[in-house]
Amino acid sequence: MARNGVISRRIRSDKIEGFEISAMDSQKEVHVLAVDDSLVDRKVIERLLKISSCKVTAVDSGRRALQFLGIDEEKKTVGFDGLKVDLIITDYCMPGMTGYELLKKIKESSALREIPVVIMSSENILTRIDRCLEEGAEDFIVKPVKLSDVKRLRDYMKREDKNHSENRGGTVNKRKLRETSDPSLSTYPSSISSSSSSSPSSSSSSVELDSPTRRLKMTNTDL
Amino acid sequence: MAYVGQLQRKFMDYTKSLYREGIVDEQFTQLHKLQDESNPDFVEEVVTLFFNDSERLLNELTNALEQQNVDFKKVDGYVHQFKGSSSSVGAQRVKDLCIAFRTLCELENKEACLRCLQQVKLEYASFQTKLESLFKLEKQIAEAHGTVPTLD
Repeated sequence: MARNGVISRRIRSDKIEGFEISAMDSQKEVHVLAVDDSLVDRKVIERLLKISSCKVTAVDSGRRALQFLGIDEEKKTVGFDGLKVDLIITDYCMPGMTGYELLKKIKESSALREIPVVIMSSENILTRIDRCLEEGAEDFIVKPVKLSDVKRLRDYMKREDKNHSENRGGTVNKRKLRETSDPSLSTYPSSISSSSSSSPSSSSSSVELDSPTRRLKMTNTDL
Repeated sequence: MAYVGQLQRKFMDYTKSLYREGIVDEQFTQLHKLQDESNPDFVEEVVTLFFNDSERLLNELTNALEQQNVDFKKVDGYVHQFKGSSSSVGAQRVKDLCIAFRTLCELENKEACLRCLQQVKLEYASFQTKLESLFKLEKQIAEAHGTVPTLD
């Protein structure tokens, strides 16, 4: 009953010649599910994603996000009724289900845990960021979200695609990458239990790096 | 043609003053990056959404602070929302006031909150008036078949 709709769609696109091009096109385009209770922020994130050549579905709550993804809390069924989602970007502070709770539910789902989740928040609280990354979030963006933030996510997702087949533990490796190249992140080694790489906690230096902490220190020097 | 030039100069000067006075910040510039031929009115659309949302929030805040027993967590929730949306459109002064407002909510000081709300309302009204003037200028330029100068 829990049919994997994604795989069957791919097979169909291979077999049916006439549909091949359009199916491939729709799969080349990254499909992002954006979750934010703020109408203004939804409009902005939607435009940011569209201008970055992403297909966007924007919803206003964690509950609706789960419904879209095919997990209905009450029915407890899993299925792919919607289009395949390549990335979920969610606000942290939302009434009802927070972005953190949504993240947990996604990572607890065998059908959905592979989908990268990015958290957005207006408050750059290090413990909050740590919590989210520990729970499996791929990245953390401090609001207000800018074009450069979204562009970076796109690059990041292309890398994900290439690595996906060889790299089941994608999250862990990305954290390792961050740790080894940014010795100033002294909080990271202590909070990540699964990573075995050691990072020397030297004095802080300015780092040109795609890390959440860098974004905290960021002013308007990029673009 | 001279008329269009005048309008464009007026637009540029007005825009510069908004930045100089801290009415708008970098995020306002960022919104303009999202505007193009396919979405020529994006900034106005977002700001209009912000206007509608703000009116709702200000009403909620007024109502919440008029209660005998003020629910400061509820008030803080509204201020948090207002801080977020003003930040997203680049309404710097409004956002900064919201930040101060949240501290007052934490202190649960009703009088101070009421005074702050008044300030927020004034600052918001100023933002609204100025942005509406800016959009009007843009329309005038477009109507005179000129192009709106880009912010740099």
